[in-house]
Amino acid sequence: MLKRLRENKSAQGTLLALPTTLWMVALLIIPLILTLIISFGKRSPDGNVIYTFTLDNYVRLSGYSTDCENGAAACFDPLYVQILWRSLTLAFNTTVLVIALAYPLAYFIARAHPKRRNTFLFLVLIPLWTNFVIRVYAWMMLLRTQGAINIVLGWIAGLLHIPFVPLEMLYTPGAVLVGMVYEFLPFMILPIYTSLEKIDNSLYEAAADLGANSIRTLLRVTLPLSMPGVVAGTILVFIPVMGTFIVSDILGGRQVILIGNLIQRQFLDARDPTFGSAASLILMIMTLVVTYFYTRKFGFGEEIVAA
Amino acid sequence: MTSEFAVEMLDVVKTFVTPEGNELNAVDHVTLQIKNGEFFSMLGSSGCGKTTSLRMIAGFEWPTEGEVYIEGKAMGHTPPFQRKVNTVFQSYALFQHMTVFQNVAFGLEMEGAKEDEIKKRVGRSLEMVQLTGMERRKPRQLSGGQQQRVAVARALVKTPDVLLLDEPLGALDLKLRKEMQLELKALQQQLGITFVYVTHDQEEGLTMSDRIAVMSKGRVQQIGTPVEIYERPANKFVADFIGESNFFEGTIKSLSKDEASVFVPALDAELLGLPVSQGMVNGEEVVVSIRPEKVRITEKVLNQNCFRGKITNSVYIGSDTHIYVDVQGRTLKVWELNMISRLDPRSFYTVGQDVWLVLMPENTLVLKKD
Repeated sequence: MLKRLRENKSAQGTLLALPTTLWMVALLIIPLILTLIISFGKRSPDGNVIYTFTLDNYVRLSGYSTDCENGAAACFDPLYVQILWRSLTLAFNTTVLVIALAYPLAYFIARAHPKRRNTFLFLVLIPLWTNFVIRVYAWMMLLRTQGAINIVLGWIAGLLHIPFVPLEMLYTPGAVLVGMVYEFLPFMILPIYTSLEKIDNSLYEAAADLGANSIRTLLRVTLPLSMPGVVAGTILVFIPVMGTFIVSDILGGRQVILIGNLIQRQFLDARDPTFGSAASLILMIMTLVVTYFYTRKFGFGEEIVAA
Repeated sequence: MTSEFAVEMLDVVKTFVTPEGNELNAVDHVTLQIKNGEFFSMLGSSGCGKTTSLRMIAGFEWPTEGEVYIEGKAMGHTPPFQRKVNTVFQSYALFQHMTVFQNVAFGLEMEGAKEDEIKKRVGRSLEMVQLTGMERRKPRQLSGGQQQRVAVARALVKTPDVLLLDEPLGALDLKLRKEMQLELKALQQQLGITFVYVTHDQEEGLTMSDRIAVMSKGRVQQIGTPVEIYERPANKFVADFIGESNFFEGTIKSLSKDEASVFVPALDAELLGLPVSQGMVNGEEVVVSIRPEKVRITEKVLNQNCFRGKITNSVYIGSDTHIYVDVQGRTLKVWELNMISRLDPRSFYTVGQDVWLVLMPENTLVLKKD
């Protein structure tokens, strides 16, 4: 039996893949199917699921309604569409800002002396040692009306004899954006660093030798060759930002509700798993569609890296 | 072209700081003049300063002391793209995300050349290296030799005054390397531009170059034609690095205008009538050197510079037979050309046989000690 296994490569492969496959089926595929089934169900008055087939939850998400205040036959409440749109634009803005911040830093680290690189990477990772929620709370301390930023600004204004009204920064879309950028920055720095670090120094020299200045070298050589890192980082940042609810919960208050918050509240506060499931699936489909078009445009970068 | 010399390095020093914090002269007071249209090689083992010298000509490094001149103009801190030189890198440094055409066109685009001009010149350049039809391939779809040609085409399309090549054939297998050597040499002659070629392969240096600079420890040991370097090495290092030699330490016993007698303790004999270069003095400690193919092996004794020995090993390698002869405890290498076709093993020198070795004065060099 063992001997036969030793000779059979494909059986070995199957055996190696088996634990993860079982794990994925039990904890990903089956729950997904359940979510799909529940999303077509109805909420019973006591918060349980009535298994049936109705599109009510999806219609409700679209904002279309026949139960209107002014007695009209049909009306449109853009609330949920707005939430979806807000999540999408926030994820987009976060990703763009994170790339803009991460790329120069990753470039700096990749071009630093090999001995220093590990120190810099270590510094990048240090924030991840602290709990996610605590880091977001720390931003609350910075941003609130009597927070550190306002104290410093007030002190400067006092020195300059300028009247100072504390800025209202907390519970704004800006606060959520700042929190998201802060949380996800390391996940962009690392993959970009990895792909930049692979670029041989002689390529920069070749570009210089052929007459390219530093900006043209960046645009024509460095950026294209580091795209695999940017793509990987984008996937690592965009997808979680689309779904997370902690940052917006703590820094956005009731002002900035994202699709993640909506789903969380359906399951915990409103006790409507059917509507929550529908929202979850819509989130997933949106993320899939964006990722699909993004990777079709830029690839996963493997056509550059593969030798 | 205003200057006789394409490239000059005058008393150039390049100092690096090692990770331990010590200063190291990678290039140590190097002076050399490369003529226009010359195929010039810098030859030496790794760490001898040849690549650093090339990089200073290219503009990737700046001299700590001294000056690099290109076409008579002092380069100072002129960046690479303002020098009329281009480099073929050891690793080729091709842009993997671009096609062959885009790689070669890159340098012309940076000049702001027009599209139809770019097309024309890239086409001509690829034709020169026999890659017509490969324009749309990516570098990784090409063989090593083809990638090497793209690197050459990409550098030549800029019509540089000087082409710098940093061990360009190092990654190729022997057969391909020999083909490319001849091709590069032919290309250089056809274009008439100056090639500065860095290599650690002495055969490559001898095959291709008009002149060679042999380098060691950051210094130029000798500059000369391949024949000069091989037949009249300037010192023991060059004689040892290029080809093979039998060396003996000795002392000059008597000295006339261009001849010397050298006493060699290892042979317990005085070698008579050896040609010497100027600058040697009576009583000087020297190294006597003779190439293995220049040692004569006979069965009869001759009157001068002749030594009795016993064959300890004999290796037939086709064109030659390598014979190792023990003379008073020292092993001498003797390469005998197999000029006559024969099969009988008794017609070769055999192990254990007693023979005479003749060190002809005109074949024996007296070299300064390092």
